[in-house]
Amino acid sequence: MQDPGALFEGARAGDRRALARLLSLLEEGGEAAAQLSARLFPYTGNAHVIGITGPPGSGKSTLVNALARAYRERGETVGIVAVDPSSPFTGGALLGDRIRMQDVAGDPGVFIRSMATRGSLGGLARATREIIRALDAVGFQRIMVETVGAGQVEVDIAQAADTVIVVQAPGLGDDIQAIKAGILEIADILVVNKADREGAAATLHILRSMLSLGQPAVVRHHGRAMTIQRVEPSREGWMPPILQTVATSGRGIPELVEAIERHRAYLEESGEGEARRRRRIAEELAALARERLWARVVHQVGRARLDGLVDQLLRREIDLHTAVERLLE
Amino acid sequence: MGRKIRVLIAKPGLDGHDRGAKVIARALRDAGFEVIYTGLRQTPEMIAEAALQEDVDVVGLSILSGAHMTLLPRVVEELRKRGLDDVLVIAGGIIPEEDVPALKAAGIREVFGPGTSTEAIVRFICDHFGVRPEDLKTVGETVIS
Repeated sequence: MQDPGALFEGARAGDRRALARLLSLLEEGGEAAAQLSARLFPYTGNAHVIGITGPPGSGKSTLVNALARAYRERGETVGIVAVDPSSPFTGGALLGDRIRMQDVAGDPGVFIRSMATRGSLGGLARATREIIRALDAVGFQRIMVETVGAGQVEVDIAQAADTVIVVQAPGLGDDIQAIKAGILEIADILVVNKADREGAAATLHILRSMLSLGQPAVVRHHGRAMTIQRVEPSREGWMPPILQTVATSGRGIPELVEAIERHRAYLEESGEGEARRRRRIAEELAALARERLWARVVHQVGRARLDGLVDQLLRREIDLHTAVERLLE
Repeated sequence: MGRKIRVLIAKPGLDGHDRGAKVIARALRDAGFEVIYTGLRQTPEMIAEAALQEDVDVVGLSILSGAHMTLLPRVVEELRKRGLDDVLVIAGGIIPEEDVPALKAAGIREVFGPGTSTEAIVRFICDHFGVRPEDLKTVGETVIS
């Protein structure tokens, strides 16, 4: 095992093997990961982190590939984290996002890392944020994070990215899917990919009407014009634009790059970026503290007593709240 | 969380059939490995670069085109160039028996011909790393441990 400090120095100096090893250490967790994380933390906070999420088959990987090419043309370095699910039965995973990222796979200014979720359910792996920070700390300017194929509740990406792109494609769901709570709410930018396919106009229309539900609107009801007040204020002065792309051909990519820039500028000018960063780090602190506290409780209470409480719960001799009280006594 | 064994399955060269590679990738996934699949038509440089970035423990090469004597040793060479000397490199596909000794001499640790059971491949990888196949199957993080 290489010394974590030496790995970090190597990675910062451009040693890609050292970076790859460092990412593995962070992913494994434990003491070495904590040390590394502490070591690189002061160097983080410089990259622009772009999250790409959306249902399976909407073209997320291809879009990441196209965006990475665009950023490379602008001379920026790009780190990519691509998350795919682990099997809940075997813990195995098939990580296939690189297949669609071949255009940039050999570029020395690009580093692609695939991750399995390893039991996490929010669309990212537990260590994804550590991996993002590491890529940030070694100097990648744009970091793109592709979530697992996500539909409704996999919204962890909102806690990990500065700009969240939600990708939809024609033919994947009806208008009720679009107004259910969840993934569309976290979009800073909406993309209808595969816009050359049949049904793209309908998908665009559904997304537009879904977004406008939050805005005042004048409709005609039995011939009379009526104003419907908006249901809720639009989010802090940013109306998510809806763009159309064909990621395989590059159509719409320049417009998407521009929309991302506008969002980035908005984040800084409005103070929303600072607020988000604050919220994010506070939540991460809370999550980590919860984890450590639980580990401490388990350690102090002991496995045998814990198993005993679980037995009592199963027999309905005590309830969950009582069990927690006993754990914390 | 601990270490998961990571395997890159790659197809060097120009043949356009990856059914075999996909079957192996799927079987290794089911055995509990984390498998990275990079798709068709990979150059030795692309394969080695992916192996490096993904920090894999194993590179499995599937080749049907007949170009194995040139391509497979070049993959090993590219891996070594990047300091990946300890990565286990194995191969499968249409590879005549008489070519196997030369490939092994070039750093391919084992060659699996058509008809090899996927269990045999899993067992070979497990033996190499000194783990038992049943220990591969760890599902995420257990809450109580």
